[in-house]
Amino acid sequence: MNALSRRARSLLLWELLAGMALTLRYMFRRPVTVNYPYEKGPLSPRFRGEHALRRYPNGEERCIACKLCEAICPALAITIEAEPRDDGSRRTTRYDIDMTKCIYCGYCQEACPVDAIVEGPNFEFAAETREELFYDKEKLLANGDRWEAEIAKALSLAAPYR
Amino acid sequence: MTDAVLLQTIMFYIFAAITVASGVMVISARNPVHSVLFLILAFFNSAGLFILLGAEFLAMILVIVYVGAVAVLFLFVVMMLDIDFARLRSGFMRYLPIGALIGAILLAELILIFGSWAIAPGIEGLKAAPMTATAAHGAMTNTRALGDLIYTRYVLAFQIAGLILLVAMIGAIVLTLRRRGGVRRQRIAAQLARSRAQSVAVVNVPVGGGAGEPVEPVAAGE
Amino acid sequence: MAEFWHGYLLPLLITIGEILCVVVPLLVAIAYYTYAERKVLAYSQLRKGPNVVGPLGLLQPIADAIKMLFKETIVPSSANRVLFIAAPIVSTALALVAWAVIPFDTGVVISNINVGILYLFAISSLGVYGIIIAGWASNSRYAFLGALRSAAQMVSYEVSIGFVLVTVLLCAGSLNLTDIVMAQRTVWFFIPLFPMFVVFFISGLAETNRAPFDLPEGESEIVAGFHVEYSAMTWLLFFMAEYGNMILVSAMTTILFLGGWLAPFNIEPFSGFLGHVWALLWLLGKILFVMFCILWVRATFPRFRYDQLMRLGWKVFLPLSLFWLVLTAGVLVATGWVPSH
Repeated sequence: MNALSRRARSLLLWELLAGMALTLRYMFRRPVTVNYPYEKGPLSPRFRGEHALRRYPNGEERCIACKLCEAICPALAITIEAEPRDDGSRRTTRYDIDMTKCIYCGYCQEACPVDAIVEGPNFEFAAETREELFYDKEKLLANGDRWEAEIAKALSLAAPYR
Repeated sequence: MTDAVLLQTIMFYIFAAITVASGVMVISARNPVHSVLFLILAFFNSAGLFILLGAEFLAMILVIVYVGAVAVLFLFVVMMLDIDFARLRSGFMRYLPIGALIGAILLAELILIFGSWAIAPGIEGLKAAPMTATAAHGAMTNTRALGDLIYTRYVLAFQIAGLILLVAMIGAIVLTLRRRGGVRRQRIAAQLARSRAQSVAVVNVPVGGGAGEPVEPVAAGE
Repeated sequence: MAEFWHGYLLPLLITIGEILCVVVPLLVAIAYYTYAERKVLAYSQLRKGPNVVGPLGLLQPIADAIKMLFKETIVPSSANRVLFIAAPIVSTALALVAWAVIPFDTGVVISNINVGILYLFAISSLGVYGIIIAGWASNSRYAFLGALRSAAQMVSYEVSIGFVLVTVLLCAGSLNLTDIVMAQRTVWFFIPLFPMFVVFFISGLAETNRAPFDLPEGESEIVAGFHVEYSAMTWLLFFMAEYGNMILVSAMTTILFLGGWLAPFNIEPFSGFLGHVWALLWLLGKILFVMFCILWVRATFPRFRYDQLMRLGWKVFLPLSLFWLVLTAGVLVATGWVPSH
């Protein structure tokens, strides 16, 4: 490209026009938008969403109150208190997650020796008040019951790679 | 007195009163930014007075030049100033005599000028009819009238004024322009002139060997 | 009483009616310009844009307006209260008053003043005040930086806009906007003055702080520039001012360079009322095209860096417009084409 044609191109804003032509062409392409509330994109089985406490198939809660998740939580979002239950097994009396502190790093589910605390596929749990985002044990167990099918499937899909 | 003239008179007094009041506020406002804003208000009302005179060209030029450009720069500078009011006030009494003297001289000059002011003979008719009226029957807009005067009778003064401004402008540039060495500048022409061949090279990298010497890039800075 | 009615009240009411006839469609246009912008940007990025509120999302601007109206206007405790509130009002008012002199057809204009183009120039040069006062009154670093940038930018580009306007004036021989459009009966000015047309359009973008010259807003480095501290109605007023100014620049481009309401080759198939509609359609069509171009530019180009912006204004546009001004004057005098009135 010699100097003269370069000058001419620069004076005629050639490159700018080429850019604008490209934008114009794109305006007539089909949008790739996923119409979100009605259509949803695929989620990875490793997706880390809302927390849930799982149960064994017989209904017994998995959590053994080892507090590994509480220890590893980098945001200090988890609070656990534990006592022996009437049958002598060690169980939590309190299991709170402050969802406003949580950074969804997934360390808690990595730390859990019994796959009790997991991050499920649900990410649509926006609330209108802060208080609704302070999850207690009851709420987490309810989440576990509600999402068990999806969580179990995701865990089994991800298992070969762990 | 007809209604139209009455309306004009009322408008005149409104504009004039606001102009004078904001003029007073310019020098008495505590905050310099407020001073500049009052100055702008004064300019606006002066423009209104010009329009009442039928001099719409002057009015617009006043707004464009003074409000649109000069006052913006004023405001620009004043906003960035960090003014110490206590120190500013401390000198007030010391400079008061000089200020008062200068004010008195200016006032005396103004009185002398207006005292000896005589309206040119044969202009009584013009005085009675506002400029818009004369413009209407002569098909002479005041922009054109002004241009006719500036480019014929006052062409010399006009050109000299232009030259003075040019000298001032060049002077300001000469005073502030410094060439500093070692400053890295963007050379846009050089950047745009860069071609693909000069900037990207596809090389076949052997196993265990590097990509070799990079292609000589076009310097982006000086 | 009858004299009072015919002499004052009736003309006053007629003027107010005329103003409403311009301002109300203008406000609707501003609202839907935001919608158009979101749609154009979306489609050029392979998205769909607003499509939920109403059919095709057409009620989105109304939903936005209602949201803005019901939000709380927050005035920072350390802000200068009066100026903080006054700044957005000044901005919007200036964006609206400029329309007083825009002609929509021969004689269809609120105020057909002799210095129409100077009036437009004056009003657009005042636009900087809303921003600079907002930046100062907010008492916030970001807002102040945005205001400073904006002031420097608008003052710089006004200079070249001024020269472009003078070039057009030379060709038209009048400061009256209707006369300027009428002077384009032989040829629309963007053909003989093409470089000036480009300079005017680009400077217009800079003057309205639009992409790629939207440094005063600069989300990435100064958050939102001069309107960081604004919320609800005051913020809405700034947005209305910005979009109003964009429409105004489009209208100015149309009137100064694209022949206003004239159809190409002066085709006038209709007369009477339909003739006015025909003219209005051409005017609106051209304005809409320029408005689309503004969005199109925004969809295409990344933001300028500040020194590049200043370089473009002072080192490229100013010499170019000065040169073209002298050239135009020379050609007009040499060929005897100087318009005479």
